[in-house]
Amino acid sequence: MKFAIQINEGPYQHQATDTAYHFTKSALEKGHEVSRVFFYHDGVYNSSRITTPPQDDRHIVNRWAELAEAHSLDMVVCVAAAQRRGVVDDGEAERNGKDATNIHPAFRISGLGQLIEAAVEADRLMVFGD
Amino acid sequence: MSKIKKFMYVNRRAPYGTVYALESLEVVLIGAAFDQDVSLAFIGDGVYQLKSDQDSSDSDQKNFSPIYQALGDYDVSKLYVEKESLEERGLTLEELMPLTYEDEDDDWAEKDSIRVVSRDEMAELMDQQDVLFNF
Amino acid sequence: MSILHTVNKSPFEKNSLDECLTHSTDGCAILLLEDGVYAAMQGTNVESAVKDAMASKKVYALGPDIKLRGLSTDRIIDGIEVVDFAGFVDLSESNDKVQAWL
Repeated sequence: MKFAIQINEGPYQHQATDTAYHFTKSALEKGHEVSRVFFYHDGVYNSSRITTPPQDDRHIVNRWAELAEAHSLDMVVCVAAAQRRGVVDDGEAERNGKDATNIHPAFRISGLGQLIEAAVEADRLMVFGD
Repeated sequence: MSKIKKFMYVNRRAPYGTVYALESLEVVLIGAAFDQDVSLAFIGDGVYQLKSDQDSSDSDQKNFSPIYQALGDYDVSKLYVEKESLEERGLTLEELMPLTYEDEDDDWAEKDSIRVVSRDEMAELMDQQDVLFNF
Repeated sequence: MSILHTVNKSPFEKNSLDECLTHSTDGCAILLLEDGVYAAMQGTNVESAVKDAMASKKVYALGPDIKLRGLSTDRIIDGIEVVDFAGFVDLSESNDKVQAWL
């Protein structure tokens, strides 16, 4: 079965991204396909590579990145939500004249169409939020 | 893309206090280009999104209520508003924005987009969907 | 056509559980997770509402979230099935869509 995952909340503030992570990991372990993980609203903060949690806590960003690498996950950060919140990749920095980037390379910034497309093509859309 | 899916955007949040209403509306607008069978549900505080007379002239937030009035132009013409949710909040249909679309199957006659449904009807409508979006 | 409803809010803070119960139809599945698991416990003032729903709907609760919050599975309302994340995935598969009462 093909799942699409939508995450509406940022890391540490809300459990949504933890639940989404464990659901995604479990689905993959059971042999399902996760066609896309889409980060929306404050969920875009899950992609900040400069995130620095205390050493004894889970590293939510790296954890997503490792899962993505192991399973070739397509992790997409919504461009409109990211721009509002200052989540930036090289392309966005250049287009908007920003002096820094902060997105982890495991994620890519793209449009909302990616969420709709994932919902059209997947068997299930799973939404995790506040 | 082969099969047309029934998409329902479930709106349960009031506008302005949080960004969810605005950002879900942005998904609806983008989604309109995908030619799916789209409807919007307004449940609970979601009905406040459609309140008429939203006025940002004394605020620095953007009044995004005109976007709802443009939905008809995007072929988004099924806005289900829950009767009980209106009543619980002391609201009537007359206090919501008049939203219309032009029905291409009926010589482009102008029709109301808002359809007031009971809670039970809303539950049935949700059952009939293929995908439920929540924000 | 059956829905898996998920409720992740405490019933004492938000109305998500109530919204779920009043918008779900017979034969559906309801999964309590995150702060939603508080609704699965015996002796609360939402217990009777949950039990009423269980007459026609199947209710589940996410085990790791129960344990994390110091709750005991012994004190869960009889008939609520505790599942792990694999069970959550199975429920998402066996129902044909998911409604998240955020």
